[in-house]
Amino acid sequence: MKEADMSKNVGIVIVSHSSLVAQGAADMVRQMVGDEVPLAWCGGNPDGDLGTNVPAICNAIEAAWSERGVAILVDLGGAETNSEMAIEMLTDKRRAKAVVCNGPIVEGAVMAATESSGGATLEQVRRAAEELYRL
Amino acid sequence: MNTTSPSMAQDAVLQRGEARLVHEGGLHARPSIKVTKLSKRFQSRVWIGLSPNGPWTDAKSIARVMAMKTPINTTIHFAAEGEDAERAVRALVALVEGDFVDTPDDAS
Repeated sequence: MKEADMSKNVGIVIVSHSSLVAQGAADMVRQMVGDEVPLAWCGGNPDGDLGTNVPAICNAIEAAWSERGVAILVDLGGAETNSEMAIEMLTDKRRAKAVVCNGPIVEGAVMAATESSGGATLEQVRRAAEELYRL
Repeated sequence: MNTTSPSMAQDAVLQRGEARLVHEGGLHARPSIKVTKLSKRFQSRVWIGLSPNGPWTDAKSIARVMAMKTPINTTIHFAAEGEDAERAVRALVALVEGDFVDTPDDAS
């Protein structure tokens, strides 16, 4: 899929305390959904231990950025608060196009990416990521 | 209940099709994603069901399609409404009959 085509789709960012979890979830997205969705992941603290850190999340958001927006899937506590902090650090224009989804990190990432691959809006992608909690 | 289900009033304009699910493991994650992604290529509203009379599930909702947990050797029914409904149903039937080997690139 060409870069130009990918930018039409909402990006997906996966933020876990564990780099293995984040990478594994990203693998599932790539293998199950495909490569037409911008995707980035981060996990672990700067020492390589379990944790999350804001600069890594900022880099992931940048890597998966799309003008359609970016949906962030997180696991526990700090993954969410640090992702919110990373969103705060974005420019005003970009801040409105980044959301943290209230859904399961693995399943939510796959479902959000499936929705995004069809050209859905950021709000539709967020809803897909959160739909499991509403069924 | 899915409020987007095709109503009896719309029945005349519905395109319908069915296919036998022979995929090992049934309609699990990967084939569900293929059904959803293919459905999304069409403008029409597309539903999937396990009987010709419903209940119908929005085929463009990955969470709902997966939640059906459709087992192997089930006959899957499709219904679609819209300008490209006929092509949508044909493509979905081909996907299931072809055992999800490849999503057709050309939906036309």
